[in-house]
Amino acid sequence: MKLSTAARPFTTISGVPIEPLYGPEQLADFDPACDLAEPGRFPYTRGIHETMYRGKLWTMRQFSGFATPEETNRRYHYLLAQGQTGLSVAFDLPTLMGYDADHALSEGEVGKCGVAISSLEDMETLFRGIPLGDVTVSMTINSPAAVLWAMYLAVAEKQRADWARLSGTIQNDILKEYIAQKEYIFPPRPSMRLVTDTIEFSALHTPRFNPISISGYHIREAGSTAVQELAFTLRDGIEYVEWALERGLAIDEFAPRLSFFFNAHNDFFEEIAKYRAARKIWAEVMRDRFGAQDERSMKLRFHAQTAGCSLTWQQPYNNIVRTTVQALAAVLGGCQSLHTNSLDEAYALPSEHAVTIALRTQQVIAHESGVTAAADPAGGSYFLERLTLDTERAARDYLRRIDEMGSMIAAIEQNFPQREIANASYEYQKAVERGDKIIVGVNAFQSDHEDAIEILQIDQLAQTHQARKLAALRATRDNGRVRASLDALRRAAEGTENTMPFILDAVRAYATLGEICDALREVFGSYQETSLV
Amino acid sequence: MLPPIRVLVAKPGLDGHDRGAKIIARALRDAGMEVIYTGLRQTPEMIVNAALQEDVQVIGLSILSGAHNAIVPRVMDLLREKDMTNVKVIIGGIIPDEDAAELKRQGVAAVFQPGASLEEIVDFVRSSVPA
Repeated sequence: MKLSTAARPFTTISGVPIEPLYGPEQLADFDPACDLAEPGRFPYTRGIHETMYRGKLWTMRQFSGFATPEETNRRYHYLLAQGQTGLSVAFDLPTLMGYDADHALSEGEVGKCGVAISSLEDMETLFRGIPLGDVTVSMTINSPAAVLWAMYLAVAEKQRADWARLSGTIQNDILKEYIAQKEYIFPPRPSMRLVTDTIEFSALHTPRFNPISISGYHIREAGSTAVQELAFTLRDGIEYVEWALERGLAIDEFAPRLSFFFNAHNDFFEEIAKYRAARKIWAEVMRDRFGAQDERSMKLRFHAQTAGCSLTWQQPYNNIVRTTVQALAAVLGGCQSLHTNSLDEAYALPSEHAVTIALRTQQVIAHESGVTAAADPAGGSYFLERLTLDTERAARDYLRRIDEMGSMIAAIEQNFPQREIANASYEYQKAVERGDKIIVGVNAFQSDHEDAIEILQIDQLAQTHQARKLAALRATRDNGRVRASLDALRRAAEGTENTMPFILDAVRAYATLGEICDALREVFGSYQETSLV
Repeated sequence: MLPPIRVLVAKPGLDGHDRGAKIIARALRDAGMEVIYTGLRQTPEMIVNAALQEDVQVIGLSILSGAHNAIVPRVMDLLREKDMTNVKVIIGGIIPDEDAAELKRQGVAAVFQPGASLEEIVDFVRSSVPA
């Protein structure tokens, strides 16, 4: 391929045109007092803390989980020993979809994309030797989030850890599942009820736990632009707030525990602008639209993960470099926690060697690069401030359009965000095909020789092992108690009570994930999307 | 003029990451083929039945979850059982080299790994269907 840079249009990776130079004349409409303010001050464009990383570094939180709870528990102990400061659980597809490891649809999938958890017993094994009162744990679980969270709370009970001290996050963001990642079980409205149940339960019982992580990551991975990622995520957040208010909660009772999760993609300045615009819009929405008074309700806290979809199969060592650039954008954008992808993740879940390099990447940025010394060190750049303003405006335009449709659920039912993302992803792919977008090692600078890398293999035995444990559990637990707890849950689901106490009872009786989700499927039904191409 | 090539694009298994499947479906359609997209979570039985009903010449399977070794052999068996071995099966996704070689031994026409270009895939489908 010829690489004629002159012929290529200059745009961000999302297709936003870029001028050759930015100066004061591009910022005629920029008002530092209200567009920026100081770090730690409304609208928090420059960060949610006055001193940012001087006061506290971001949490280095590598998402991990594979095969059996026993094997993942060993990986967690290893990561904590390497200086990782928080845990983040990746579940396998059967768990994400609410099926036990011995279900017919779980065939071939157990332990492949994360750890297999079918019961409280598995959760006890996962956190063996890890004191839940002292470590923060994030769990990437959505449709069955209430069930996995109940298992977590039950393990904490057994460890005699006070729920009030528990700190961590469940992803629990169902709207982006309908929009992008597609790991849904129930239809949107009953799903939203479950999410609201967890937000309410958390406000009452786990004041330091984040009951939701409103996620743009997967929207971006599905091929959206940066603006779409930002806008759809914030609009999802607005929808959760509206449901919680409808439930009777006061805004400042729950809003301080809402957290966010964004992608850190390749386009360095576009990404920094995205995080800054996110904070500004959210602060204004919380204050002006919802009347929040507590500053903590207005501060958008976010986790970032480098872009999995940017990793290449070709020349995999280049992925270390991509991840470094992306992680640096997340840090300059003021993230509160960060996951860096491993070089081998276009192939498989990461090997221990690869994940160590990914963690070291964050440690080098934190301790060697010097970017942590001053808050918002990129702020004031003509280019960055212009991008931040433009990103904000474009995102607000989407928010307005979705408001006009009535709600995010209404927009989803009309396939609006799904269609916008599918169009953006196809346009991007065509730009790559034309050579307008260069991917090093893929459509330019190819090598004939590829170095083989070590790949983590997931043993098929994981499935057998998990199925055997489930059979033993079903034979030894008090099955009368299981049935009674599931009946009670079904009745609660049919009514309007908060389902969390009933799910907790079922979990404590060692009802399995699949059994609990089946009880809810009977009441709520299952969701099928109309697939559009 | 020849009738357009008919392709079934399917997403088997529990995974919901359909970005690739949708892009391929669009690219084949833009190349003048008739594309039927099954949507998510199709079992091998559902896929082969759809292929039969829609009378397609090509089945494209998108698998990113690592479940290919459980899913693809079942699809190939069903095609043999139903005497549909003239239907070409192509796979796209995260398929390690050694698995790709084994799947081809079982009759899969082509495996497209990450980074494959749309042009390459469209050309392959065109050339694999006898005019």
